Amino acid sequence: MPKRTDIHKIMVIGSGPIIIGQAAEFDYSGTQACMALREEGYEVVLVNSNPATIMTDTKIADKVYIEPLTTESVSRILRQEYPDALLPTLGGQIGLNLAIALAKTGILDELHIELLGTKLEAIDQAEDREKFKELMQDLNEPIPASKTVNTVEEALEFADEIGYPVIVRPAFTMGGTGGGMCDNKQQLQEICANGLDLSPATQCLIEKSIKGYKEVEYEVMRDSANNAMVVCSMENFDPVGIHTGDSIVLAPTQTLTDREYQMLRDCALKLIRALKIEGGCNVQLALDPNSYEYNVIEVNPRVSRSSALASKATGYPIAKMAAKIAVGLTLDEIINPVTGTTYAEFEPALDYVVAKIPRWPFDKFPRADRRLGTQMKATGEVMAIGRNAEEAIQKAVRSLEIDEKDLISQEARDASDDEVEDKLFHVQDDRIFYIAEAFRRGFTLEEVNELTKINVYFLDIIKHIVELEAELAHNVGDIEILKTAKYYGYSDHTIGKLWDMDEDEVRSLRHENKILPVYKMVDTCAAEFESHTPYFYSSYDEENESIKSDKPSVLVIGSGPIRIGQGVEFDYATVHSVKAIQKAGYEAIVMNSNPETVSTDFSISDKLYFEPLTLEDVLNVIELEQPFGVIVQFGGQTAINLAAGLEAHGVKVLGTTVEDLDRAEDRELFDQVINNLGLKQPIGKTATTQEQVMECAHEIGYPVLVRPSYVLGGRAMEIVNNDAELEEYLSHNAKAEIDHPILVDAYLEGYECEVDAICDGKDVLLPGIMEHIEHAGVHSGDSMAVYPPQSFSKDVKDQIVEATKKLAVALKCIGIMNIQFIIHKGEAYVLEVNPRASRTVPFLSKITGIEMTQVATQVILGKSLKELGFESGLYQESKQVHVKAPVFSFSKLADVDSFLGPEMKSTGEVMGSDFTFEKALYKAFAGANMLLPECGRVLFTIEDKDKNVVLPLAERFAKIGYRIFATKGTAEFLRQNGLHATKVSKIGEEDSNNPAIIKLLMNNEVDLVINTMSHDQEMSSDGFVIRQTAIEHNIALLTSLNTADALLRALENRSFATESL
Amino acid sequence: MKRYLVLEDGTVYKGEAFGADCQTTGEVVFTTGMTGYQEAVTDQSFANQILVFTNPLIGNYGVNLDDYESLQPNCRGVVCREVARVSDSWRKQDTFDNFLKQMNIPGIKGIDTRALTKKLRVHGTMKGSLIDPVDDLKHAFDQLHATVISDRVVAQVSTKRPYPNPGSKRNIVLVDFGAKHSILRELAKRDCNTIVVPYNTTAEQILALKPDGVMLSNGPGDPKSVPSAIEMVKEIEKHLPLFGICLGHQIFALANGADTYKMKFGHRGFNHPVREIATGRINFTSQNHGYAVKPESVDTNELIITHREINDNTVEGLRHKRYPAFTVQFHPDAAPGPHDADDLFDDFMHMIDHRKEGKSNA
Repeated sequence: MPKRTDIHKIMVIGSGPIIIGQAAEFDYSGTQACMALREEGYEVVLVNSNPATIMTDTKIADKVYIEPLTTESVSRILRQEYPDALLPTLGGQIGLNLAIALAKTGILDELHIELLGTKLEAIDQAEDREKFKELMQDLNEPIPASKTVNTVEEALEFADEIGYPVIVRPAFTMGGTGGGMCDNKQQLQEICANGLDLSPATQCLIEKSIKGYKEVEYEVMRDSANNAMVVCSMENFDPVGIHTGDSIVLAPTQTLTDREYQMLRDCALKLIRALKIEGGCNVQLALDPNSYEYNVIEVNPRVSRSSALASKATGYPIAKMAAKIAVGLTLDEIINPVTGTTYAEFEPALDYVVAKIPRWPFDKFPRADRRLGTQMKATGEVMAIGRNAEEAIQKAVRSLEIDEKDLISQEARDASDDEVEDKLFHVQDDRIFYIAEAFRRGFTLEEVNELTKINVYFLDIIKHIVELEAELAHNVGDIEILKTAKYYGYSDHTIGKLWDMDEDEVRSLRHENKILPVYKMVDTCAAEFESHTPYFYSSYDEENESIKSDKPSVLVIGSGPIRIGQGVEFDYATVHSVKAIQKAGYEAIVMNSNPETVSTDFSISDKLYFEPLTLEDVLNVIELEQPFGVIVQFGGQTAINLAAGLEAHGVKVLGTTVEDLDRAEDRELFDQVINNLGLKQPIGKTATTQEQVMECAHEIGYPVLVRPSYVLGGRAMEIVNNDAELEEYLSHNAKAEIDHPILVDAYLEGYECEVDAICDGKDVLLPGIMEHIEHAGVHSGDSMAVYPPQSFSKDVKDQIVEATKKLAVALKCIGIMNIQFIIHKGEAYVLEVNPRASRTVPFLSKITGIEMTQVATQVILGKSLKELGFESGLYQESKQVHVKAPVFSFSKLADVDSFLGPEMKSTGEVMGSDFTFEKALYKAFAGANMLLPECGRVLFTIEDKDKNVVLPLAERFAKIGYRIFATKGTAEFLRQNGLHATKVSKIGEEDSNNPAIIKLLMNNEVDLVINTMSHDQEMSSDGFVIRQTAIEHNIALLTSLNTADALLRALENRSFATESL
Repeated sequence: MKRYLVLEDGTVYKGEAFGADCQTTGEVVFTTGMTGYQEAVTDQSFANQILVFTNPLIGNYGVNLDDYESLQPNCRGVVCREVARVSDSWRKQDTFDNFLKQMNIPGIKGIDTRALTKKLRVHGTMKGSLIDPVDDLKHAFDQLHATVISDRVVAQVSTKRPYPNPGSKRNIVLVDFGAKHSILRELAKRDCNTIVVPYNTTAEQILALKPDGVMLSNGPGDPKSVPSAIEMVKEIEKHLPLFGICLGHQIFALANGADTYKMKFGHRGFNHPVREIATGRINFTSQNHGYAVKPESVDTNELIITHREINDNTVEGLRHKRYPAFTVQFHPDAAPGPHDADDLFDDFMHMIDHRKEGKSNA
């Protein structure tokens, strides 16, 4: 069917801020969708609250609204834009939920706006547990047997009927609190009784456990003509029991016979047809490893994380096709963009294997609960492609950018046999390293299978890697073994480690013996048809297919997996850099390892290498492509860390030289620069031993800021107030101390701000200054920030501009850099310089209209700012006020303290823009899902030292109609000052006169918690428990009084004054 | 142990031997299916061919007794990138390696199968041999060039004697040109009482069995190499409902005046989208053929082209205008491959029933 001509203007809803479970994949799908719709000639209006994305670029849609994703705000846009249709299935769960909510308000009917793609009933059928169950019964498709019970007896009876093990899921408890797996009657009795107790409805769902089943996913598509097809099948390495987002995944399925594969394919197609989905859909299935029994686990009636992975794994652009289907096109009339010669109605055939490994944030949260289960905990993922599974897995492991560069983990090596067994059985993020260790210790495949339930074929992949490790170790320098090891994905680094050689020596040995990688094309059809996809992966096979073009090229290094501190912003910068390179007449080549992002869409660059971002892998591509140079400023710390190694191998690093990068990153060299320029910075010292750290702290005087050197996102950075806290810090971070020195800085009270500057060596352009709302001490990535600054005098701004200019020129910055300042008593102190694009680049680019990455890239390629039409200095400030607010994923990560400090904890951000600061603040809070009632209830649990600061805040809350709760001391203090404050009893001091604090939270009797109890770092401490409880019950929580002040400003702006005459 | 794959264009691929310890020569073809290596190897349509798997990981789940498509496969050799060291499946009864040994099929692994596939795509299918490593390859090439690979292999793979596959409903005669078990499974699923007859069974012999319908099976090689079957179809179609698959489809076309040709590298895999012209419905189909029906040769007074491959427009289905007969180029019986078109068997049953009713009403 041809595309529809009765609609012209389409609104696309994005997925909002990045949180665990909803990451960059929706930037990728949304961007693809918008581009596809515009390609078909439709006018596209986009709404998303996330400024860090490509999709919110003005070039992606005809109109872009960076506004909160609430029915209120989107309704306002609908009334302004009158689109003909709304496409809700590409913005993740948030976008879908919002569309449903909008439909319920009636506005879509009122304005005659049609929902494109999948119909609402279908969405409902897939999402609503009961309706889904009904549909499955109608279709005769099995789902795990389940029953809602109100008594233990009922539960036991049902369990007898369906057999153990069963899962108990208490109704209406957050995150399944109180539930669990029961292997026998006794356990069920216990857990169910407890679950019923905890459930406010005294209700539990008893479900048959299918733990240990094979978990298989199908990405399916269907069009309005009922054509349906499978784009990609994927099989989880980890059997059912671990969230698929936290599982290692291989594509295509590897252990299914054709009979099983086709049986599940039939089921997936039956479901997508029954749900009448028009677009993409994800079907998760569980297959008994010992029979043909299977269960449908879940259907996602929209594009998802898995569809992004499937798109990258096959080359088939699911979101783009889904958008075209939504406007009426059918699969058999859309040309397959990969081959260019076949139709989109084509089930890709793979001639390689893909491995995905999740990237978890536990390096940032050493105290977090690392066990994996039904709640996803990963922030991102990596993908690797190989001609064998060993290769794909090893490439994926080294793409993770964690401490382990291979499957040899020192921690696992040091573990006892019992610990290894325990790690195999109780799944944590690091299980794969322990599987390798188990084989190293002689565990058999059967033993490991018994403990892990992982398919023996999969386990043997790891075993094979370990066997090769031993062979390598026993045959140092053997060229045949080197060849085999490379073929199975071993890195030069690991071989060097086993051969007691330098990575470079291994590299030379390889070169001498012509052991070089070739690059194979991803073409969706296993070479059956001629294709021209510029999408490649390396392997140590025979024929190379990637041919260097005659055009001079520039290589851009991407930023790898999404993690805390290095998010989608860097992908934004990578993509923009590519565009500028192309405009400058070069061929742009991208290397990256992240399947979720826009930069790994092969249509973005001239050539895409889906590869790990290690020195070896980058050098290999450079050897083939011989680019004119490499750009490292936009790929976050990942790319910057590669700069020195690249230069050492004779690669031209474009822009700021490696020497100058080092001057910005090396503390002592940097201090010299600061001193030479006569700039101010907080006193800082470097210590390499425990004793030295103490000495430094005493010399500087408490409070001090301590952190290991060379880190990103403030990992392991803390403010300490006294010797005891410092000792505690050192005991937790001893490991960091041995490898790297520890930095000790004076902690100055004051306002923080940051600037991104573009410098051509002479002139320096500052697109804008962003003032942080929280005082120093909260990581810049976790601070709210406002542009333009609201509290800086002209003098302060001038100081900032001058210091920035001096620093940029002195550091010989060519390209972009980021400087953080603290304004202490009217004077600007330099906190740190990052000689690369920072996470504020997309935000500032969008609000100032200067495409900073593109300007910086042009400068890197040799243009001057003057030639590009820019003056030196601060760019004129806009009339609008823009506020950035961080968004956190604490509810997904048990045992992570939500108290904000110098260590970054947020996973995403939103932007609120308006003509006054207060309104912009309000929108930012709304976007961050911190919408508070106009009259509500606030609970103060604060440090004694903060009492005086709290008083004016409490007064203001009272004035706008908030009821105030506070712990004893604070309540009395507020009462003494004439406020009505309700006393609540502390944990462990419950009395009958006052409500207990935890109960208050558990019953959702407050709307907001302000908690500044920070210095009790133990998980059992009151502060921690209060914060944790607030998060579990979805109660707004602020741990900084500055944020509370900002929130009040936003609320006050909306409420009426209530003054007596 | 090393082994070489030599191609008639002079290329040598060096790899590791697995499977049977013997040398072989055949037509080298590739299949793009990602599952079902056991079904593929046992498919008689691969008779006299050396099968290249584009999927690099083969053997992962072993082999089992249920998934044979014939019990004595005639596939000449197997070319893989990787063969699993360990395989795991609840149905596994043997490893792929052992199975090939038992079937006396040699294999070679460690080959850049993607490069090989591209070569076959560009140059078309060609002859090749799996040989033991030798220093002087001239002899090997001479032998390879001298070897004539017969396209007349139906006689070799067809059953020598009729045999029944009992059921209690419709009586079907299946003419075996190298039939896959999957066709028998589909018929059995519909409780047909099937008699499988040799490829050269005459129309009279078939009619004497008084079946309700006749099926023409798939099979290897050139349809023109079985003239007796063409003659048989010319007669049979006048009397009985007829359903043909793959080689059976080509024989049916020839019987009705159309012509066939050898394709450059054929269709082997199961992601081929096929459009049913009347309804626009598209199915993903399992395919394995090196010959096809020339579209311009189809006499539109006699036949209707019912199906086409959507990418290269190959004739994928034919129906007779006057007789209750239809055929498809692909495998609705799948195995390996998608089940999208298995309702064609139901159509055949309806056709039989309809005719029966027609008769009883007459």
